[in-house]
Amino acid sequence: MQMHSLSFDVSHTLAGSLVLISFMMLYQDRLYSLLNVFALHALVLALSVAWQAYIQNAPHLYITAAIALVFKAMVIPFALHRIVRQLGIHRDIEAAVGVGPTMLAGMALVALSMVLMLRVTAEADPLAREDLAFALSVVLLGLLVMVTRRNAVSQVVGFMSLENGLVLAATGAKGMPLVVEISVAFSILIAFIVIGIFLFRIRERFDSVDVSALDDFRGEQR
Amino acid sequence: MACVAGLLGLAVLALVLSGAKRATAIIYSATLAICVVALFGSASFPIGGKVDASSVILPIGLPWLGAHFRLDALASFFLVVVNLGGASASLYGLGYGHHEEAPQRVLPFFPAFLAGMNLVVLADDAFSYLLCWEFMSLASWALVMAHHREAGNAKAGYIYLVMASFGTLALLLAFGLLAGPAGDYDFAAVRAAQHTPYVAALVLILMLLGAGSKAGLVPLHVWLPLAHPAAPSHVSALMSGVMTKVAIYGFIRVVFDLLGQPAWPASAVVLSLGGITAVMGILYAMMEKDLKRLLAYSTIENVGIIFASLGLALAFQANGLKLLAALAFTAALFHVLNHSFFKSLLFFGAGAALTATGERDMEKLGGLIHRMPFTSFAVLVGCVAISALPPFNGFVSEWLIFQAVLQSPELPQWGLKIMVPAVGALLALAAALAAACFVKAYGVAFLGRPRSGAAETAGEVDRYSRAAMFFLAALCLLAGILPGLVIDTLSPIAVEILGGAMPIQANEAWLSIVPIAEGRSSYNGLLVMVFITISASLAVYFIHRFASRALRRGPAWGCGFSDAVPAAQYSGGSFAQPIRRVFGTLLFGARDRVDMPAPGDVRPARLRIELHDLIWEGMYQPIAVAVGFSSERLNRLQFLTIRRYLSLVFATLVALLLVLAIWS
Repeated sequence: MQMHSLSFDVSHTLAGSLVLISFMMLYQDRLYSLLNVFALHALVLALSVAWQAYIQNAPHLYITAAIALVFKAMVIPFALHRIVRQLGIHRDIEAAVGVGPTMLAGMALVALSMVLMLRVTAEADPLAREDLAFALSVVLLGLLVMVTRRNAVSQVVGFMSLENGLVLAATGAKGMPLVVEISVAFSILIAFIVIGIFLFRIRERFDSVDVSALDDFRGEQR
Repeated sequence: MACVAGLLGLAVLALVLSGAKRATAIIYSATLAICVVALFGSASFPIGGKVDASSVILPIGLPWLGAHFRLDALASFFLVVVNLGGASASLYGLGYGHHEEAPQRVLPFFPAFLAGMNLVVLADDAFSYLLCWEFMSLASWALVMAHHREAGNAKAGYIYLVMASFGTLALLLAFGLLAGPAGDYDFAAVRAAQHTPYVAALVLILMLLGAGSKAGLVPLHVWLPLAHPAAPSHVSALMSGVMTKVAIYGFIRVVFDLLGQPAWPASAVVLSLGGITAVMGILYAMMEKDLKRLLAYSTIENVGIIFASLGLALAFQANGLKLLAALAFTAALFHVLNHSFFKSLLFFGAGAALTATGERDMEKLGGLIHRMPFTSFAVLVGCVAISALPPFNGFVSEWLIFQAVLQSPELPQWGLKIMVPAVGALLALAAALAAACFVKAYGVAFLGRPRSGAAETAGEVDRYSRAAMFFLAALCLLAGILPGLVIDTLSPIAVEILGGAMPIQANEAWLSIVPIAEGRSSYNGLLVMVFITISASLAVYFIHRFASRALRRGPAWGCGFSDAVPAAQYSGGSFAQPIRRVFGTLLFGARDRVDMPAPGDVRPARLRIELHDLIWEGMYQPIAVAVGFSSERLNRLQFLTIRRYLSLVFATLVALLLVLAIWS
């Protein structure tokens, strides 16, 4: 019982810190710091998944954790760093919406997902309930990042953090097959590659990775 | 089934062959052969006395459902209608098709259309029914668009497509309601299930919308006078004579067969819609001067008559008066058969006039009886039959319907007791107007003197077209003088659907028919024909003897009449004028304007007549405007920025989560 309570606390802490880091992402207005926070996000995710693997005695979750650690905490942030440096946009300050309203919206979203998940999954395992509520918050915050940013790189980061939320939900639910997780991880990788290529193409074409350049190109005005 | 597969195969073959010169002949003769085979296959069902229905389940379609097809008495009757129409249209097409400018636009779709109609009638589950229904609609749409470069045809096709999708939507909802929450789409399961009155009423309304829009019930008829004439004439004949019948089949199948015991208010709705449709249809026809459009409007009238009769059957059935229900039902089916004969015949005639002169406008025809005697004779038979004059078939079925109307005092509900005679009066009005309308059509198009150069140089059409027309004319006469045979053939259907039947007519002496009892009323087509023949011959003899051969003095100077221009003849507009005066102001918003020049002015005076289609202007235009307005607003969604799209998705997600959070 003691052990169970401890394991519950630890996983709860890890999931909660994921939500916290998502909040940190919301107010980063420099790209480098955003990438650093994202790496931290992925690191905490890897820890959380590893802890789940430990308490659920599910060795395949270690592989998921390793994937998260290697790809999301290292490869992708490094690659994005390189892209940012190559594009020379590391000094760009960008946010379509101010920090204050964004944080308020984020809080409302977390409240919404808590209320919803705790009510919908009333009879589920308490661990899974909390996990799901946190995961939903992370997903919603990731979407919020995507919506409030104007730069394509930070939209990619928002997308990746959204995916982290999905992984968190998947590992919280017991019995998720490894194949699914690996394929999810790979699809994310491929999405990343495709988006990366797009970034360079956009850059080549418009001298900017600000997606509003695309809108100008379509002859629209905002 | 093999025949249907054959027709479908033929459609593909037509695609392949479309380049070849002989393709027209090959395709039409093949469809003719298949239709005849299918005709005998389906006709052997009621005539051969087979009672049990045969069904077949094909492992196609939805995986857990398959496709059910079933042949019972009702389906076999409608198969006869479809394939008779198909056979005669193919025969007609053998000749008519040669005038087609782009045969590859017609040939693949013609057999596909026939196959679709056959399949709709055979379908025995909702899924295959809807699939075949859509297939039929699309094939016919392609045929409507065959001459897509002519002015107005593209609009006709568009309106047809919109109305057809609307109708299918209504049918989809109706079948969804019938299937219930359990989702039993098999007709056998639907038939066995109990339906609450609420569901039954809703299904009835949806069927009236769905099948009614295909059949042309007012006010859902708008596409019909546009689309039917736009197709090549033999296809118009099929659409008007047969496809509307397939829609009526759908209505009968669902409302009589699947819904079980009807409620009497349902019959009131069907009755009144039928009556209104009949009168409105024929009034529109009266105002029309395009021959094929006139025929299409007259189709609306006949569909109204059929629906009124079906409503009557519903009323009797709801009160357990099985014999009378069978009378009204048989009359409706008889009229279905008759209408498919004479409407196909008339469309063939209109097509013949069209090929001979290139004109559809009646005001430019005239005098064709001298140049196209065979066609004119066949069309005369069709006109007499559709005007419900004895001894032809139209009279018999309408007479039976009126016999059923006269039995309305047997109904217990006062509402129906008052309403049925009123609808009967509407039907009588429609019948009289139909006679006036076809006097106009025949008189203006075929009698008198040619009104244009094209009509003056017209020649008789080819022998295939003539054969098709005479075949149908003969059927009209046969069904008119041997109605007992038809009624007896139809009685298994009434037994199957209603559980009652009219008395067997074969036992009556001298081929007469007795709908209820000898003392009430009876009709003998043969006797009437003999009488008419004798009296007409005598009249002709006496006229020739005493009038034609009598000494006459011609006018010495003619007084301006002997050499009158053809335009001075009695025209279609003149025929319609009295009727327009009576009904026009109310129903068409008609206005006569006289443009009289001032004294001393030399320009001619003009009489302008404005007609408004109030249903179109009052019902469809506001809908079109509303749809246009909202799509104009929604169009802006096409041009948002990427971030706004993301925000939209995000906002939707959050809103849905909120809904869930509040309501769960």
